[in-house]
Amino acid sequence: MSNDSTVIFKRPESLSENITHYCPGCTHGVIHRIVAESLDELGLRGRAVGVAPVGCAVLIYNYFNTDFMEAPHGRAPALATGFKRCRPDMIVFTYQGDGDLASIGMGEIVHAANRGEKITVIFVNNAIYGMTGGQMAPTTMPNQKTTTTPAGRDVSLVGYPIRVAELLSTLRTPSFVARVAVHTPMHIVNAKKIIRKAFRLQKEGTCFTLVEVLSSCPTNWGMDPSAATKWVGDVMKPYYPLGIFKDPEREEA
Amino acid sequence: MAGKKLMKGNEAIGEAAICAGVRHYFAYPITPQSEVAEYLCWRLPEVGGAFVQAESEVAVGNMLFGAASTGLRTFTSSSSPGISLMQEAISYMAGAHLPVVLVNIIRGGPGLGGILPAQGDYFQAVKGGGHGDYRVGVLAPSSVQEAVDLMILAFDLADKYRNPMMLIGDGMVGQIMESVEFPETNREDNDPIKSDWALTGALNRKPRVVKSLFLNPDLLEENCLLLEEKYKRMKENEIRYELYKVSDKNRLLIAAFGTMARICQTAIDELEREGVSVGLFRPISLFPFPEKEIYAEAGKKNIEKILTIEMSVGQMVEDIERCVKGRKPVEFFGHTGGIVPTPNEVKDKVRESLGLKK
Ligand SMILES: Cc1ncc(C[n+]2csc(CCOP(=O)(O)OP(=O)(O)O)c2C)c(N)n1
Ligand code: SF4
Repeated sequence: MSNDSTVIFKRPESLSENITHYCPGCTHGVIHRIVAESLDELGLRGRAVGVAPVGCAVLIYNYFNTDFMEAPHGRAPALATGFKRCRPDMIVFTYQGDGDLASIGMGEIVHAANRGEKITVIFVNNAIYGMTGGQMAPTTMPNQKTTTTPAGRDVSLVGYPIRVAELLSTLRTPSFVARVAVHTPMHIVNAKKIIRKAFRLQKEGTCFTLVEVLSSCPTNWGMDPSAATKWVGDVMKPYYPLGIFKDPEREEA
Repeated sequence: MAGKKLMKGNEAIGEAAICAGVRHYFAYPITPQSEVAEYLCWRLPEVGGAFVQAESEVAVGNMLFGAASTGLRTFTSSSSPGISLMQEAISYMAGAHLPVVLVNIIRGGPGLGGILPAQGDYFQAVKGGGHGDYRVGVLAPSSVQEAVDLMILAFDLADKYRNPMMLIGDGMVGQIMESVEFPETNREDNDPIKSDWALTGALNRKPRVVKSLFLNPDLLEENCLLLEEKYKRMKENEIRYELYKVSDKNRLLIAAFGTMARICQTAIDELEREGVSVGLFRPISLFPFPEKEIYAEAGKKNIEKILTIEMSVGQMVEDIERCVKGRKPVEFFGHTGGIVPTPNEVKDKVRESLGLKK
């Protein structure tokens, strides 16, 4: 490479060289990248600590160049609370799936949000349990087929999918709650903006920030990658509207 | 906090943690130990620390996990049902080699049980409680002063072995008021920045991970063997016990821990006045257990029997039998559910064991 060449695209410093284990077409990798870019751009890598979930992203610590803790299933917000209370000078984020956060970890997330823990939660909603092979999640769509709802999710038996961003924004304390998607380049650009903002708010000392990200699971949805991304836009997005539900900067304006 | 103070056990436990350098405490209310939180909620801010009242003991355990990952000293206290809920995090913290201290002021169980003193969580504390190949170091004080001293020791041992430590007391140790003395100076010797494992930000070094996940069975076995090696070192170096009125005149040796041991001392004093010589073996470290020491005492010619007395239907007695290895008959007496054996009951049981008239 000659000296006057310009780098226009490179691996964020916050991401390691390791190759991810995610299935082809899975958007976990895209979300990792925009989290890493946000940390880089805000200069937070060296004082960031992530909390890994139990789910497909359980090995996320292999892909990041930051310190990490690996939490029990659903408990990441409690670990993040303990850590941040001891080290308020550090940047703490959790990365959690929908089984992790909205099922087994519902107690931990609601209370971390309500205490206003100064952490950032990246909540990956792919409407299914990916890691354990495609069982129903609390976020599984009505009539969606999973291995534990082979005839489709019957809302008369198990209720409707939980809208986490809306649920948490009924709480008064949390500072920033948003939902984004990563199924098209345009949505990725916007998701990046919002995730970066969540980290910036944490850096500035605001309390609890959460970004729900609509993500795909082609493997367990039984779709090819392009059909899966289309399904996010056509089926998930109408039920899970994108947008910012709570924003401290908007309230001030 | 220099000089002698009259304090309730639960409050003294809180103050001892501060002496040990703790500034962060996480808990959920439960009788009979809520006074620890009621004390630390105002005391910790005085020393620049913080208390977080968690939403559940499941969360408490996991907050400890996060807090301990910073390398700073941290602890919680609870009572039996709460400790059951923390078993998830305890197993994870053991697997991740995290130093942390948990206090269980035991109440009667199983289930919701009752709120009066008991020792029925011996198995849970000493034999595991959570899943997997791990151990927790367990210390059992029998007075408020000893609770203070063992709290401070527990933090040192947790750091030394990078393993969870548990202090178990029955409701009596938590509720009783006694005069106590605290060490003169606060200990703030654990500097996380100097540690080679704590998470401090990967600024000028490789990223660190605190985890218990090893999908490769070779690596998981390696981690378990690393743990096992620590437990071996604990067995070699951290045995603690106390003998009371043990002599070659003893016909019988009582084995008891915690509050129960204190009650047995009263019975032993009274029996001595009647001319019946009995000694007391009081394990202080329940894990590691004073195995060789019990075996040696049981082997003494003058000892006819070992009598284990507990506030349970008999849990430590299984360890006593294991260690005595059939050298002498091992008998058991106890009450459970919050009923505490009285000195008179202990005396009656001793006389019965020795074939003496009541
Ligand atoms: C206590 C406990 N219960 C169950 C499991 C099994 N388990 C592992 S991952 C998972 C679901 C993960 O799904 P999700 O959070 O949606 O993440 P995804 O894999 O879809 O990214 C379950 C149930 C576990 N590890 N621990
Ligand atoms: S199973 Fe689904 S969520 Fe998991 S890596 Fe594969 S596509 Fe992604």
